[in-house]
Amino acid sequence: MPSVLEAKNINKYFYEPTKFQVLKNVTFTIERGSFISIVGKSGSGKSTLMYLLSTMDTDYEGTMTVNGQQLTGKSQRELAQFRNEHIGFVFQFHFLLPEFSVLQNLMLPAQKLGRWSDEEVEQRAFQHLKTLGVEDQANKLANKLSGGQQQRVAIARALMNDPLIVMGDEPTGNLDSVNSEIVFETFHRISREQRQTIIMVTHDEDLAARTDRIIELKDGEVIQS
Amino acid sequence: MRDFALIFQIARTHLTSRIKQTIVATLGVTFGISLFIGMVGLMTGLNDFTEELAMTSTPHVHIYNDIAIDRQTILDTYNLDGFNVVHHQKPKGEKQNLKDAFEIVRVIQQDERVLSVAPSVATQVFYNYGPVQLNGSVLGVDILEEDRMFDLRDKLSSGTLEDLLNTNDGLIMGVGLARKLNVQTGDRVTITTPQGYTMKLRVVGTFQMGMGAIDDVRSYADITTVQKIMQKDNQYITDINVKLKDQAQAEGLATVYERLFGYRAMGWEEANATLIIGNIFRNILTYTVSITLLTVAGFGIYNILNMTIYNKMKDIAILKAMGFSAQDVTRIFLTQSIIIGLLGSLGGLILGYLLAYGISKVPFDAGDVVNLTSLPVNFSATYYIIGIIFGLLTTSLAGYLPARKAGKVDPIEILRG
Repeated sequence: MPSVLEAKNINKYFYEPTKFQVLKNVTFTIERGSFISIVGKSGSGKSTLMYLLSTMDTDYEGTMTVNGQQLTGKSQRELAQFRNEHIGFVFQFHFLLPEFSVLQNLMLPAQKLGRWSDEEVEQRAFQHLKTLGVEDQANKLANKLSGGQQQRVAIARALMNDPLIVMGDEPTGNLDSVNSEIVFETFHRISREQRQTIIMVTHDEDLAARTDRIIELKDGEVIQS
Repeated sequence: MRDFALIFQIARTHLTSRIKQTIVATLGVTFGISLFIGMVGLMTGLNDFTEELAMTSTPHVHIYNDIAIDRQTILDTYNLDGFNVVHHQKPKGEKQNLKDAFEIVRVIQQDERVLSVAPSVATQVFYNYGPVQLNGSVLGVDILEEDRMFDLRDKLSSGTLEDLLNTNDGLIMGVGLARKLNVQTGDRVTITTPQGYTMKLRVVGTFQMGMGAIDDVRSYADITTVQKIMQKDNQYITDINVKLKDQAQAEGLATVYERLFGYRAMGWEEANATLIIGNIFRNILTYTVSITLLTVAGFGIYNILNMTIYNKMKDIAILKAMGFSAQDVTRIFLTQSIIIGLLGSLGGLILGYLLAYGISKVPFDAGDVVNLTSLPVNFSATYYIIGIIFGLLTTSLAGYLPARKAGKVDPIEILRG
């Protein structure tokens, strides 16, 4: 299987309040189309690791390569472009833009990418909303939706640009079991059908157990991979 | 371009989703700009008015014989090393005319910077009104040259310039003076010169300059008529007025003429120094107040945008996670302040125009001193352009700092909660 993401000897420090090593020599490879969960106790560095992988945090030692492209050392601007094209995000607290309609929320990353015309973008947005069963909410303002609906919209948004990797920071952490199940199933399906890679930080051990692979961290070190 | 459309769309959504704040910020700019337009319109209107008023009676360059007491006495030339005191020194019985005046006129006429040259002869006279004598002056001119110099034709209240040419004892009298003497066109009036010469002249017309200082004392007559009442020859000229193509060159040329001809030559700026100082003060005042107003409006925008960005930290983090770069985020917020600036400035121009129009309709009675019925206002497009540039500049500046801060927001801190 071709690797989609490689992390090599990643070290990361926090300097406040005192210097503290959060990640210690983290090294792993992730294959394309796999569904990965990162687990560990709080403070183990799992979220920190995910934000490094997300390219938003550039303050680390070691190298990171996605899809054969070394990201370490790239400028913020190039990284922003890279995120737009290749990485989709789902956060714990849904995080939609509240003043925009559901449809606009979905369209923004695709319009930013500029690969499709506005009509195509709208079609794709509807397609994704339909897949997640929230197409009837398309013209509502984002903050008028329930938590579960918002999270489904957020997933639809993450998928808009056909990203290589979808990252989730506790994506089910704030949802009831029904919605959790929908989210999990969606992730599972796209990793199978679209061969998109899912990296999900979670502390739900049952959920983690059902993923393809678990990377477990303890005190900043990978203890299971 | 697509990028810009997207950024504009986001900026617009941000603005419309908190419409009250947007309106408050926009109104701040609107008031600033409209007050600028109103004030600058009135101030420059006043400046133009006073300058025009000055120009109705002041030539660009005025050449005359400046009679001064000769400080050097005969004693000084003989007793070189001594300490000489001469009490109550008087000027010599000098003629007040310009020697070779017509030669001077001919030389000046050849200068291509000069539009027209008018020689004239002026004298103090008494206008006899029954037993009362009114002090005034008669200006002997070539009336057609004088018209070219000061647009005299437009200022005639009765009669025509040609009437003066057709008689040899005609007068065109200031309206104020005519009213005091109770004479009308066609009436005769007796004048007496300081030298005691008396003559009867006929009023063929009246003029109104709009300034009491002239309208109440002056009459125009033909140059030969005045030479006659002064009992002088036909070469006797006391003043030469010069009109230039570019009035800004007046001071420079005055200096040149003074050296060239040996007579006092005064530019209009020197002659109206107090007016010009007044203009400068008004301009300083206008710009000080306007900049203050716009700075206040700018701080308003700065505050509102700062608050907005504080409230939108989460949104900024999401935008960045989606792949919007720091520059994109900065542009989104900068665009918002530019939209506020643009709308505010345009509103300001309209409101400012209405304000200026309102001011120009305020009745203003300046009495007999100047001819003015309402406040003079300048509607020149220049100030509207300055206004909008001003507005856009302050709002961009006020928006730039918070916008840059927005660009620097670290998404991780916010997304991790």
